[in-house]
Amino acid sequence: MIDGLIDTLLLKPYNTRIVVLGVMMLGAASGLIGSFLLLRKQSLLGDALSHATLPGLGLAFAAMSSLGIDGQYLPGLLLGAATTGVLGILFVLAIGRTTKLKDDAAMGIVLSVFFGIGIVILRLIQNIPGQTSAGLESFIYGKTASMITSDFVLIAITLSFCLFVTFLARKELVLLCFDPSLAATQGWPVLFLDLLLMALVATVTVVGLQAVGLILIIAFLIIPATAARFWTNNLRHLLWLATFIGAVSGWLGASLSAVFANFPAGAVIVIAAASFFLISMLFGKARGVIPRFLRQRDLRRKVGRQHLLRSTYEILEKSQKERPLKNLSISLHLLQQHRFWGKGELAKLIRQARIEDHLERQPSGELRLSESGFGEASRITRNHRLWEMYLIKHADIAPSHVDRDADLVEHLLGAEIVHQLEAELALTQATIESPHDIQAETTPS
Amino acid sequence: MNWNINDFYIIIVGVLCAMACALPGAFLLLRRMSMMGDALSHAVLPGLAVAFLISGSRASSTMFIGAAVAGVFTALFTQWIVRFGKVERSAAMGVVFTTLFAIGLLIIEKGANQVDLDARCVLYGALEYTPLELVQLFETSDYLVQIPKAAVVVGATFLLNGLLVALFFKEFTLSSFDPNLAQTQGFHPQVIHYLLMVMVATTTVAAFEAVGSIIVIAMLIVPPSTAFLLAHRLGPFLFLSLLFAALAAILGHLASQSITLFFGLPETSSSGMMATMAGLLFLFVWLFGPSGLARDQKAKLLRSDDPPALL
Repeated sequence: MIDGLIDTLLLKPYNTRIVVLGVMMLGAASGLIGSFLLLRKQSLLGDALSHATLPGLGLAFAAMSSLGIDGQYLPGLLLGAATTGVLGILFVLAIGRTTKLKDDAAMGIVLSVFFGIGIVILRLIQNIPGQTSAGLESFIYGKTASMITSDFVLIAITLSFCLFVTFLARKELVLLCFDPSLAATQGWPVLFLDLLLMALVATVTVVGLQAVGLILIIAFLIIPATAARFWTNNLRHLLWLATFIGAVSGWLGASLSAVFANFPAGAVIVIAAASFFLISMLFGKARGVIPRFLRQRDLRRKVGRQHLLRSTYEILEKSQKERPLKNLSISLHLLQQHRFWGKGELAKLIRQARIEDHLERQPSGELRLSESGFGEASRITRNHRLWEMYLIKHADIAPSHVDRDADLVEHLLGAEIVHQLEAELALTQATIESPHDIQAETTPS
Repeated sequence: MNWNINDFYIIIVGVLCAMACALPGAFLLLRRMSMMGDALSHAVLPGLAVAFLISGSRASSTMFIGAAVAGVFTALFTQWIVRFGKVERSAAMGVVFTTLFAIGLLIIEKGANQVDLDARCVLYGALEYTPLELVQLFETSDYLVQIPKAAVVVGATFLLNGLLVALFFKEFTLSSFDPNLAQTQGFHPQVIHYLLMVMVATTTVAAFEAVGSIIVIAMLIVPPSTAFLLAHRLGPFLFLSLLFAALAAILGHLASQSITLFFGLPETSSSGMMATMAGLLFLFVWLFGPSGLARDQKAKLLRSDDPPALL
């Protein structure tokens, strides 16, 4: 069984090669197009479109039957499906542009009303003599395992088309996704670009619909792009990554379902894609849950450390008249009074600072800054005051109010900004006196 | 057309179902979650499958519990992905419902293969068959009054929804329009959100089972959207949503029994036609409503808050 799986993954058996490759290419194409939809906040457009193909199927069937040809003639059905599908998309665009309704409502209206019309039509045509409309709905539910060479060729053409258009119009499509108003003021044909994107979506959906079915094509348009978004903030990377994830989930899923033949192929592929989503959501470098949690924790620690060191420094300043400042030990009680610390927060911060070798505990139980801690504390305090002076001078904030404002920004001051501030304020001395009185934040009890 | 008691029954069920859906649908629209109905129609499948595997029967009560649980999980998962993954809501919804549907298919294929638990029996209930199952309402000396069981189900759902909205009107309103303000006022918008989600899930599942999915999905979205184009305040918005829903249901059944006959075609699906009629009502308001497309654009600007735009 394992050998069979590896053979299938390597595309060795002829009869599964077409299916696996076909699904893979479809995954790639929809991953690519899905990224644009995700950025445009229209992820469910594929959903609306695929439901909107139903009346087209019925009408095409009826038209072909009345012309005396086989009602199930595939290219005719495809054309019908594409026609009402595109009509549905045009309605979505029109509703979004001319009413105060949002895209999701527009999609919901088109989806449900078109599907309703489709059911009405299907019911009407089931009695056309000499023709059977049975299995028309199964058109939109797909049949992955029996993908044939013509489907394969169609998918290959679709993928090339999508890649080609993206290659030619990437910049324009990106602009459309991020800032359509800017695109319009710059003279880009926004409506045309919108229609171009919709044409790509429609092509992928209609081709994919009859090859792999409704649910899988919807999933392909949404999941790879959403998964890729967790890994990167760079759009070019997003496009490539979504294409890649789409292809890999198609490849894995189709291979697995080919080997375990009694599993429904579409479902296995969706679950393969969903696994990629779950992994990406947890571990994705740019926006994943765990990396983001770690980054936030680091930032919290940094802020806490800086507050602790600055408070210690300010206490030292207050207790000594002469400069340069001597590094004396201070009591925990003074520190507790100097700033509003949460319950247990101060103890945690002090523990952390001792691990980082910024603070040491004296035998008497008092705290004292270490050599490196003293340097760091004086640097942090200096940065804080530089920013305060800048705010007083240029933002016209009263000296008594400036402490809070500076509190928010000081942790982000890099070396370069500090240099700019020094130049701006013409301050180069090693220590700067506070521009305002320093008071304890908690009232001594 | 031949009017008989069955048409009356179908209209009763249709109207109650439409109104039961339009009420939570109106709040979904305000929260930009209109696709929830469609998502639920797919996502309840694993709930049905598991309920069947555990109970071994297709009794409607177990199926209902299974589907409702799956529906609540759909809402929960979507909310988690939105909150923790910072994903846009409709994309999160798409991820969740396609995955759940796939899992449902797998369970059915592996566990319930021998039984007729078709994926599509979820998607197509049958409004037309509701008159077949009647319950006795009360009995007088002359005759006994019966209504379809489905009417009791969707009617109860409608009453429950109406009661909930009436009780928590203030909370629903505030947390729909300004969740942050609601939070600062101590209204717990998260709780209200989950309450709404449970309401949507149970309503849709009850209605799926009674009358089929398409009418439910349509009535969750289309009548509130139509009302949204006309109303500027929440009260009238809800009222108009209910009105359009009822109207679409009545017109839909009438049309399904008459219009196609003019063209020499057979009668057609009532639920499909109800969705179609809801769409036509929307189209009408969209084109000819007070700020519709067919109105004079200049007059519209004059009435709007932005007269300088005229220049």
